[in-house]
Amino acid sequence: MGFLIQLRVLLWKDLLSELRGKELISMMAFFGLLVLVIFNFAFEPGSAEAAHLGSGILWVAFTFAGVLGLNRSFLLEKESEGLQGLLLSPVDRGVLYLGKLGGNFLFMLLVEALILPFFALFFNLDLWLLLPQLALVAILSTLGFTAVGTLFAAMSAQAKSRELLLPTLLLPIVVPVIVAAVKSTGQILEGRPLAEVAQWLKLLLAFDLLYLVVSFLIFEYVVEE
Amino acid sequence: MDWAIQVEQLTKSFGHLLALRGIDLRLRRGKFLTIFGPNGAGKTTLIRILSTLLRPTAGRIEILGMDLRDAGEEIRRQIGVLSHQTFLYNNLTPMENLKFYGTLYGLDHLKERIELLLEQVGLEGRRNDPVRTFSRGMQQRLAIARTLLHDPQVVFLDEPYTGLDQHAARMLEGLLGQMRSGQRTILLVTHNLARGLGMGDEVAIQVGGRILYREERGKIDPASFEERYFHCVEEGPAWDS
Repeated sequence: MGFLIQLRVLLWKDLLSELRGKELISMMAFFGLLVLVIFNFAFEPGSAEAAHLGSGILWVAFTFAGVLGLNRSFLLEKESEGLQGLLLSPVDRGVLYLGKLGGNFLFMLLVEALILPFFALFFNLDLWLLLPQLALVAILSTLGFTAVGTLFAAMSAQAKSRELLLPTLLLPIVVPVIVAAVKSTGQILEGRPLAEVAQWLKLLLAFDLLYLVVSFLIFEYVVEE
Repeated sequence: MDWAIQVEQLTKSFGHLLALRGIDLRLRRGKFLTIFGPNGAGKTTLIRILSTLLRPTAGRIEILGMDLRDAGEEIRRQIGVLSHQTFLYNNLTPMENLKFYGTLYGLDHLKERIELLLEQVGLEGRRNDPVRTFSRGMQQRLAIARTLLHDPQVVFLDEPYTGLDQHAARMLEGLLGQMRSGQRTILLVTHNLARGLGMGDEVAIQVGGRILYREERGKIDPASFEERYFHCVEEGPAWDS
């Protein structure tokens, strides 16, 4: 019970900080939209080429926005050494990890929800009926991405070249998640039934579990110098 | 003996660099020890190890009779740390910051406790303003409230005066004096002789990762202590590599 209360207050702190500062989400959303705008000029809206490449473009925007957000999330903790304050409290390191993961997961999902309508607009796609399937892929992919991203963000926040270190460490590791996300999103955009996408969703679920368990177990060693 | 802190042969190395070289330290419950040392003496490393933020390379540590290796979480429940970093969230108000930390500690009657502490540190009128609008001195006063929120039995102070002007430092000194209620044990590390000598039951000098001198404060003369301090700093053990 105490674990749930601690988890809730860790999430509350991140959400309230962001609500007041409005730095993280606006920055992530702006960057994601910028990626879409640039690609929009490269492809003719509504063309077969755009529909074919759309899922890749969408996940490039999500991924870059996500990396930006992850980098920032632990920098906010470092600014006043709030992370040390957290580590000094009698809270299991695993709970701290889950709390930070929860915040990063929610922020990234929110940014994806903000970017998606613009994607539909720029690429002339009607996504209304596909929203439940797309939401499922987004939730599974974002969970895997932020599970390992939160761990690497904590690690790189303590390094000098943190802005470079995070994408360098993170992107090769999350390739399976991004590939599965692109493939499943592409198939959903093509109108294929969920049963055909199931193999990618199972892969996403497997990587989510793997990344969650490993990151949960080693977070303690990452934050303790 | 009723020891609050017991350290035996504590060593800490960062790669080839030896930051602490076999420190032995004991402090009784309710006592206040001030450790002086120049930059690089290993004072902050000592505090970070005692407060469970860093793992020692070798040695044995007990805080309130609990082994640091086995009872990290329980020790963290009993200690408070005040440093020049406030550990506060700038976008949150004092009430929200203290509510956040108090909930992590699982404290009862949290609202009443927060009100009392804010009054003690003179910030009751600013309880709903974001911390980012506070001066450095006000932030440090709020950090004191954060440190004492869970009524810790042992308090570690790591250069708490850094960045404060004379007025704020004097106010902080008064608040630190109030910290000494009941059986609270306090360990202060600083390089500031002028500030640190006015406080504590005992003083010690740490140079090059070793404690070279320790004496009761009542038995020392400030002028000769200053001489001894500079002698220790100049003649003390050089860094190993």
